[in-house]
Amino acid sequence: MRVGFLHSLIRLEEKMLLEEFARRGAEVVLLDDRALTFTLGQRAVDVDVIMERSINHSRALHALRLFESQGLVCVNSSAVATTCGDKLLTSVALEEHGVPQPEVRVAFTPESALAAIEAMGYPVVLKPAVGSWGRLLAKVNDRDAAEALLEHKTVLGSYHHSIFYIQRFVDKPGRDIRAFVIGDQCVAAIYRASSHWITNTARGGQATVCPVTDELARVAVAGARAVGGGVVALDLFETPGGLIVNEINYTMEFKNSVGPTGVDIPALIVDYVLRRGAGE
Amino acid sequence: MSVPCPVCDGPLALAADAVVSELIRCRECGSELEVASLDPPAVREAPAEEEDWGQ
Repeated sequence: MRVGFLHSLIRLEEKMLLEEFARRGAEVVLLDDRALTFTLGQRAVDVDVIMERSINHSRALHALRLFESQGLVCVNSSAVATTCGDKLLTSVALEEHGVPQPEVRVAFTPESALAAIEAMGYPVVLKPAVGSWGRLLAKVNDRDAAEALLEHKTVLGSYHHSIFYIQRFVDKPGRDIRAFVIGDQCVAAIYRASSHWITNTARGGQATVCPVTDELARVAVAGARAVGGGVVALDLFETPGGLIVNEINYTMEFKNSVGPTGVDIPALIVDYVLRRGAGE
Repeated sequence: MSVPCPVCDGPLALAADAVVSELIRCRECGSELEVASLDPPAVREAPAEEEDWGQ
C-alpha cells in the first residue's frame, strides 16, 4: 500500500501517524505542501490513498480537490474539508441533518449583524467563519462591545471577516467535550476544562477522559455524517437539553487525548486510511 | 546528530528518528524550529503561525 502523506510542518500527531504507517509496512510518500506543484490533467503522485495532515486549511482544501481530480481517494475528502473548514457551512450541514447546535445567525453588514445580535440577546459569540485554535473569537456581552467589535472587524479585518457568524453563547460547566469519530464510530472523547470560556487545549484547556456514552456516540456520529464522514473531531457542549455540536475539525489534533483516553487514536486512523486505500 | 540552534547558537541534538519538516523545540532558548535536512543535519526557524492554521 502506498500512502501519500500531505503535510507541512510535521508535528507530534504527524510523527505518530508516520510511525504507525511504518509499523504496518505501508510505503509513505511525503508530500510537503510547500514544495508540491500540480499540473492539471497529470497525476502528481503514484499512490493508493492520500492522507491529509496539512496545517494550512487553504492548502489542504485545494490540494485535496486536485488529488481527487486525479482519481485519488483522500482522507478526508475535499468536500469534508470545505464544510468543516468553514463554521458557517458546518452549521448549515448540521441544520440540514437535524444535528443539535447552538443557535446561529449570519449577517453580511455591521448594521445587520448588530440587529441580529440584538435580536438574539446577549451574550453572543462572534467567530470568523474560517479560523481555529480559538483565534479571534469574541464573547460579546453588551451593545457597546458589539458596536466596537463590528467596527473593528469592518475597518481592520480581512475579506472573510465581512461574513458575520453569530452564535448564541452557551454557558458551559467549565468544560466542553472533544469527541473523535473515525468512520461510523466515536472512538474516544475528552473533556477540555478551563476557567476561560475558550477551552481549546491549544489555549491551555486541560484534557481528561470523557466516557463515550450512547448519547455522545449518537450525536457525534450524526455530526460527522452531516459533514461527510471520515476522520473528524467534534467539539460538543453539555446543555440541559442534551449535547449540542459546536464545531467539527477535519485534520484532528489528538496528541493531548491519547494519554487520558488510553485509546490509540493514530492506530485507528491508520486502520481507516488503509481500508480506504484498499477500496473499502 | 547535533547542529547549532539558528536562534541562540546553542547545541541542538536531532533525534535518531527525526524527519525532514519535523517541528522541534530548542531546549536552550525555547524557539520552535523545523528540521530542514538530515544529511547534512540542518534546522531553521519554524514558520510563523498563519491565519488558516490549525483545527
